[in-house]
Amino acid sequence: MIDQFQEILDTLKKNKLRTTLTGLSVSWGIFILIVLLGAGNGLKNGVTQNFSSRAVNRINLWSGNTSMPHNGLKSGRQLTFTEDEVSAISNQVEASRLITARYNTNQTISYGTEYGSYGFRGVMPSYYDIEKLTIPPGKGRFINEMDMKEKNKVIVLDQKIADVLFKNEDPLGKIVRAGQVMFKVVGINTKKEQWEGSNAYIPFSTAQAIYNPKHKFGQITFTVEGLTTKAQNDRFNESLRRMMGQRLNFNPEDQQALYIWNAQSEYVETMKIFDGITLFVTIIGILTLIAGIVGVSNIMLVSVKERTREIGIRKAIGATPLAILQTIILESIFITTLFGYIGMMLGIGLTELINYFMVQAANGKPVTDERQMSIFTNPTVDIGYALFATIILIIAGVIAGYLPARKAVRVQPIEAMRQE
Amino acid sequence: MIHIRQLHKSYHTEAISLHVLKGISLDIEAGEYVAVTGASGSGKSTLLNILGILDTYDAGDYHLNGTLIKNMSEREAAKFRNEMIGFVFQSFNLIHFKNALENVALPLYYKKVGRKKRNIIAMELLDKMGLKDWAHHMPNELSGGQKQRVAIARAMISGPKIILADEPTGALDSKTTIEVMDVLTNLNSEGITTIIVTHEKSVSDATNRIIHLKDGMIEYETRKNNGVHDTIPHVNMQSV
Repeated sequence: MIDQFQEILDTLKKNKLRTTLTGLSVSWGIFILIVLLGAGNGLKNGVTQNFSSRAVNRINLWSGNTSMPHNGLKSGRQLTFTEDEVSAISNQVEASRLITARYNTNQTISYGTEYGSYGFRGVMPSYYDIEKLTIPPGKGRFINEMDMKEKNKVIVLDQKIADVLFKNEDPLGKIVRAGQVMFKVVGINTKKEQWEGSNAYIPFSTAQAIYNPKHKFGQITFTVEGLTTKAQNDRFNESLRRMMGQRLNFNPEDQQALYIWNAQSEYVETMKIFDGITLFVTIIGILTLIAGIVGVSNIMLVSVKERTREIGIRKAIGATPLAILQTIILESIFITTLFGYIGMMLGIGLTELINYFMVQAANGKPVTDERQMSIFTNPTVDIGYALFATIILIIAGVIAGYLPARKAVRVQPIEAMRQE
Repeated sequence: MIHIRQLHKSYHTEAISLHVLKGISLDIEAGEYVAVTGASGSGKSTLLNILGILDTYDAGDYHLNGTLIKNMSEREAAKFRNEMIGFVFQSFNLIHFKNALENVALPLYYKKVGRKKRNIIAMELLDKMGLKDWAHHMPNELSGGQKQRVAIARAMISGPKIILADEPTGALDSKTTIEVMDVLTNLNSEGITTIIVTHEKSVSDATNRIIHLKDGMIEYETRKNNGVHDTIPHVNMQSV
């Protein structure tokens, strides 16, 4: 066995050009396959990430001004929500899950001599999950039910506000001033805002008590479950509009009385494109794999055919067909495995490198209030797929080496030796 | 050692069918020194290839050392080629990417002799052929005579009973021809049955028996008597 391996290594070493060319074609096939799969995955991940920065099954309601007279009331009325609408949605709308009322305003927030004007939001605890905020360990907590019940004067700051107000100080437990009211900082949200400026969050009940004596507000956000098609979402929007029309006394046909942004509906639509992308990536993968198989097979075929005369000589001096086949197949396996591995590593290396630079570029970018969207994210290939593709190419290479070899060993030695 | 009766061989191509051997019957005993002569296309190389189990035949019988060589599996044929027969070709048929030593040692690889041992044996043979200093040279660095001596060493290495040489001097000049023939004659004197296909008189004269083919049949035979070849009528044993 060792002797056989030495013989194979010897043959490969002494036929450097053939070995290198065969190997390169194998490496190249796998390299391209992985890079293309990586590019496809990058596209897929980019699209997914743009959605996953917030809960995709989110529905936003804004109250507007009526544009139609209704039940004897004239048009142009300004509508607002009360907490009754929040409980009505969570109790009566079957699909609803997490819900938060939102009271939005702006406040000048100051600490010591530092201050700034920021978005100021009265929200409920569910807001954290709906908007997928991030408070890592050691950065405190978000608003909780106790805060809601006790109307605690606690505040959660976006990282950027904390950086401005506190510089190098630890903000947790410190007291900041918002307008004339003092709040204790209980948490820092480190999620980068993609759409809006920096915000501070206080319990909705506290906001109602301090800033909103009439207890009227203009925005409710909640998540839904089980609405998987566009038609379902359209029906849901319609019934939601009817329900709110009844509660707030407006004509359900009046589009301006209530704005509904159904992200889920949008998501369902985009998922169709997404499915298209997945199909596209899969087709690219399969086609590249086929191209790889053809390439590897071709070079193996040529490389074995070229050796017909050598096979004849080996037979004439007493090599059994089995011994010759074994040698050729082991050579094929050796070349395709070694160079396939190299190609796989180079492919993974390149995709990881691109990913590394993309992450670097994203991190190095100053945080702005612009949307930071990328269509291309994490263009890497699952190691399982990479291995699978490599193994398929190895098998193809071995079969492609085996077939002409089998033919060559069946030829009478004298015939084989006449081949040039 | 070699018993052939009514051997026929044809080659078929799309255009023509060529009847190359037309019923050859022949006995060659162990230790004989034989030349097969004849014009181009007389079938002498075909006969040699069949004797060496490098090619098949269509009809008749061929017994080698008591074994009928017919419908033999490739595996059995390989064993015969490896252990019984040594080949020497006009075009040397050395493996171009192996050096002289490795070429000579190769048959022992298929006999599963360890690398170290087979290299020692190969080196001894190369030494015997006067090629010790050329052991690590590649075939393209050797002269024609050297290549043929490497090929003979390779044919010898597994201790064959028969050496089959197809125009072994065909690609060599007259001086080298003498060298190579001396080697082959020496091998025969060691008791190895030696059969040489040639069209050179100097080569066939060196042997003890000449079998002359014409149109796929044996035209005549000569045997050496006191250093001179006497023609003896060949009985085409059609009835035997």
